[in-house]
Amino acid sequence: MNDFSLINTSQARADILSALKNYYLFITLGWQDVATRYRRSRVGAFWLTINMLVMISVLGVVFGTLFRVPVAEFLPSLTIGIIVWGLISGLINEGCGSFITAQETILQVRMPLATHILRVVWRNMIITAHNLLILPIVFLIFMKPVNYLALLSLLGLTLLIINMVWMMLILAVICTRFRDFTQIAQNAMQVLFYATPIIWHAEMLPGRYAQVLLNINPFYHLLNIVREPLLGSMPTTVNWVVSIVMAIIGWVFALAFFNRFRKRVPYWL
Amino acid sequence: MITASIELRQVEVVFPVYNAASLSLKNRLLSAVTGGKIDRQHDGAIIVKGLQDINIMINPGERVGLLGHNGAGKTTLLRVLSGIYQPTQGTAQINGECVSLINIGLGIDPEATGRENILLRGVMMGMRPSAIKAMSEEIIDFTGLGDFIDLPFRTYSTGMQLRLAFAVSTAVRPQILVMDEWLSTGDEEFKERADRRMTDVVSAAEILILASHSRELLLNNCNRLIWLEHGKIRMDGKPEEVLKQYFGH
Repeated sequence: MNDFSLINTSQARADILSALKNYYLFITLGWQDVATRYRRSRVGAFWLTINMLVMISVLGVVFGTLFRVPVAEFLPSLTIGIIVWGLISGLINEGCGSFITAQETILQVRMPLATHILRVVWRNMIITAHNLLILPIVFLIFMKPVNYLALLSLLGLTLLIINMVWMMLILAVICTRFRDFTQIAQNAMQVLFYATPIIWHAEMLPGRYAQVLLNINPFYHLLNIVREPLLGSMPTTVNWVVSIVMAIIGWVFALAFFNRFRKRVPYWL
Repeated sequence: MITASIELRQVEVVFPVYNAASLSLKNRLLSAVTGGKIDRQHDGAIIVKGLQDINIMINPGERVGLLGHNGAGKTTLLRVLSGIYQPTQGTAQINGECVSLINIGLGIDPEATGRENILLRGVMMGMRPSAIKAMSEEIIDFTGLGDFIDLPFRTYSTGMQLRLAFAVSTAVRPQILVMDEWLSTGDEEFKERADRRMTDVVSAAEILILASHSRELLLNNCNRLIWLEHGKIRMDGKPEEVLKQYFGH
């Protein structure tokens, strides 16, 4: 049925579609993951919010003083940056282990492999939703206005997640086969945290060379399409184009890759 | 609904056995640099033939028992038959929804209450949350847990934990049922009811696949036995004949 296409992706697509069709699986399991972590604590999952609040306050004071930027400018941008980065790095870091942590399930129950990826996505979206509660607090404290552009950040967030899922699909397969790839990916995320304008501002970068480096960082664009609308400005056309093109190319590649290696995953566990 | 059937043709399963060394990327890269030849012996990538030349056709109504010594490939074949391992060679066609009752504790979260665990375990068994809700009263009744159902699973005694896991696991009526040994249920008082329920599930299934070492169990539940040896089918036929050969030799 797919004989005419250059690359065969039919099994990969069937896997992902079936995971989406049985959405209750990843929703139940992802929700459960968050619930388990905080079940015995009184504040529950709001520890996430508290942790994030502490981290943002400290970073805000330290780097605000260091860079001598007005806190009212700096903190709202930092807050969104940290929250979105928390989502990105959570997805990548936990995405690597999606299959490894679900080993027992994969070897016993026939369910789409993509379910295990989407479970991680759902879990991290719940965590991010808790962290988002900080945002209105910060905006209120600094009387930062929000305009209608903020709605665009929802589109940005959707595009971000679409991009993250293809990366996770590939990483999860590679990390199952080569276990220390997880460490490599985690190190890369650590480095990228500093290479992405979260605690600093893109305009602080001197020279064209640094600007080039910034623009080849995919997470810079993905961060901007969520952050800029919330701060009341439009992301650049480059931000949008890179994010969309990356999603298309990434998904084509990820589907072909997943189609090729999906069958091998249970054997590697 | 389609009728259940399983067809394996010329199935071969080859296992790469990776140890820490060959699962590691560093060694892969190093072996590429050093030419690979020497390192390949050290990297531990041993290949094990798990199954070879497996041809099986299973029709509705068949109760298939798998027997063989440890390491003969029973677990591997169970996984192929339930669609978890896709054969490295040959084809496996599995029609019908398949549920395996190998580890009935899979999916259970000790911190969650009994009621929540019914949902968690049920979802793992392939049931929709709405279907689980509709069944949960019946499941709770069967466990006899009473008010304990709203307490965390970890507070249960071992017997109670087993009852809950058993009750949820046997709430589904799959077309193809895969089991590794009979589900043991421990305490005497519960055993009789459990056995009756288990028999219900088994007889409702169109196809049963049961791996076991127990002669009695295989004789009572199966109408066909497959004897595996070194990953190949040594014998496939009527229970009496296969058992005679197996235990006789």
